[in-house]
Amino acid sequence: MTLGDQLAVEVSGLVKTFGKTRAVDGVDLMVPAGGVYGVLGPNGAGKTTTIRVLATLLAPDGGTARVLGHDVVREADAVRSRVSLTGQFASLDEDLSGTENLILLARLQGYGRSDAKKRAADLLGAFDLTEAAGRQVKTYSGGMRRRIDIAASIVVTPDLLFLDEPTTGLDPRSRSQVWDIVRALVAGGTTVLLTTQYLDEADQLADRIAVIEHGKVIAEGTSGELKAKVGGGALHVRLRDAAQRPEAARLLTAALGVPVTLESDPVALSVAVSDAEPVPAGLAELTRAGVRVSEFALGQPSLDEVFFALTGHPAGDDDAADDQPLTGKSKREAKKAAKKAKEHAA
Amino acid sequence: MTTTTTPAASDLLKPEPAPVPADLVGERLSAVLASRTRPPKPSALSACGTFGWRALLKIKHVPEQLFDVTAFPVMMTLMFTYLFGGALADSPKDYLQFFLPGTLVSTIAMITMYTGLGLNNDIKKGVFDRIKALPVWRPAALVGMMLGDVVRYSGAGLLVIALGLALGFRPDGGAIGVVLAMLVLLLFSFSLAWVWNIFGMVLRTPESVLGVSMMVLFPLTFGSNIYVDPSTMPGWLQAFVDVNPISHVVTAVRGLMHDTVTAGQLGWVFLWCAILNVIFAPITMRLYNRR
Ligand SMILES: Nc1ncnc2c1ncn2[C@@H]1O[C@H](COP(=O)(O)OP(=O)(O)OP(=O)(O)O)[C@@H](O)[C@H]1O
Ligand SMILES: [Mg+2]
Repeated sequence: MTLGDQLAVEVSGLVKTFGKTRAVDGVDLMVPAGGVYGVLGPNGAGKTTTIRVLATLLAPDGGTARVLGHDVVREADAVRSRVSLTGQFASLDEDLSGTENLILLARLQGYGRSDAKKRAADLLGAFDLTEAAGRQVKTYSGGMRRRIDIAASIVVTPDLLFLDEPTTGLDPRSRSQVWDIVRALVAGGTTVLLTTQYLDEADQLADRIAVIEHGKVIAEGTSGELKAKVGGGALHVRLRDAAQRPEAARLLTAALGVPVTLESDPVALSVAVSDAEPVPAGLAELTRAGVRVSEFALGQPSLDEVFFALTGHPAGDDDAADDQPLTGKSKREAKKAAKKAKEHAA
Repeated sequence: MTTTTTPAASDLLKPEPAPVPADLVGERLSAVLASRTRPPKPSALSACGTFGWRALLKIKHVPEQLFDVTAFPVMMTLMFTYLFGGALADSPKDYLQFFLPGTLVSTIAMITMYTGLGLNNDIKKGVFDRIKALPVWRPAALVGMMLGDVVRYSGAGLLVIALGLALGFRPDGGAIGVVLAMLVLLLFSFSLAWVWNIFGMVLRTPESVLGVSMMVLFPLTFGSNIYVDPSTMPGWLQAFVDVNPISHVVTAVRGLMHDTVTAGQLGWVFLWCAILNVIFAPITMRLYNRR
């Protein structure tokens, strides 16, 4: 049996209730082996609960879940020996040092005394924590905690790693460090299932994404597929000279094969595009014909827009207890604005 | 890669080809990830040992916790010997012969409550989630921790005995009697700790764990033969004292130290240990495995 021809996670009709709360309410998931699978959802969507069931920490109330071919209820030990979980909140002994925590986990997974020591040192080195190795974990910064927590999860490199909101609350540098770690894990052959409430994180990191809300999967697919579901993006063009607009419209219609919308701004026009590929050629046509473009932007629908289209409201909008801001959209927009500014200057 | 979990030395020699992310950390990271070592599952004994080691590391890193453990017995011994000794017996020194084995038992019984407290803390901090997700022998986490705590009980016990000797405690059973008494007491303490573990898992906060444990332990220690001879007590209280497991332990410890122990007295202690283990260990494990 090889990893390649099986699903890493196979969940159907999963239900988990806490009293009256249906935290997970009929989730279906098919996670292919290899790569990163993103579970995207706002606060209280049921991400943590789903992951805890998959990691055998909670027993489901309904439905079935198989992880790496093993049933999470009946074959919990087989699952445990091949998966690892980095929970949403740090789960190490804060009184112990980083080294001691890792040695402890290595010993519990069968490493001999000296091998455990070596493994701990190697991991701390790889996660840039050698300096803090001897310090109690409670003295670590948020980013260091996240890293040691992930390191603790790969003392024995797992075939499947669950990462529950690995970057929530991290600064951009720590965030990108965690992203690098995830990419390295995947390159090493580990399947990563991560949850996030950051839309750009799922977009950039995950090969496939499941969007969940109120304990249900409301959409699933690659980031591109999700965007396509909502309709393509749009090419927005602004010209220097309003007189050139009719010609520009004609050229773009010809190049992209779709009608052009003339906007109320006399120098602006937009074209709905489902595929970005012919766009550069279309813009090149304009330049060749002497139409002077002052600025353009290719508006890929963001996952925010996807969320909006799927649910009719922005992510996390209905959650009163939402204390973690969704920075996905604002970041994306900032990036877009920066790109525009650059083009403007050029 | 095959994904059977058979532990094999050859796994060590089978690095996974991994494209290296272009930064320094990434390079070292790929190296540690390349090790797909899957050592054999540790034995139950080794897993218990590792958890015991953790309990000892805690003492090293948080030595304050030993303060409660040591200050309390010293205080109790001094207070009872000199405050009540004259009133309860002919002289403080006479009282000490009677009282020291009892204070030893009550001190250690008190300390066992901290085991439940530690467990509660582990659950709150998420440490138990990580431990529970490991494929180790399930009771190891609890048994190991409790064995580590036995080291703490022994430390406190030695302190009380040393203090007693300094104040004039002279056990007729000699060193052997004292050591045997200590062993019996440690066995009982280990068994008793299962009860606090249950509180540690069922209750939400450390405060409530300590509060409820106290509520159980206080009547047990005061309604016993630790401080006074029960023959002066009213009949109903004597009946309680007679069935109280703490009384049985005190009687046996006193007997071993003064070389007057009977097989029946020891039998009662072993019976209580068996009852505590047979009833409360499975309940604890059930709660622990609950998910
Ligand atoms: N142990 C529990 N007892 C009672 N209710 C719970 C428990 N765990 C989760 N819930 C409830 O189940 C729902 C889903 O929670 P869950 O933690 O899975 O959400 P989440 O998607 O991880 O959210 P977040 O982004 O805030 O971490 C919430 O309404 C939560 O209040
Ligand atoms: Mg969560």
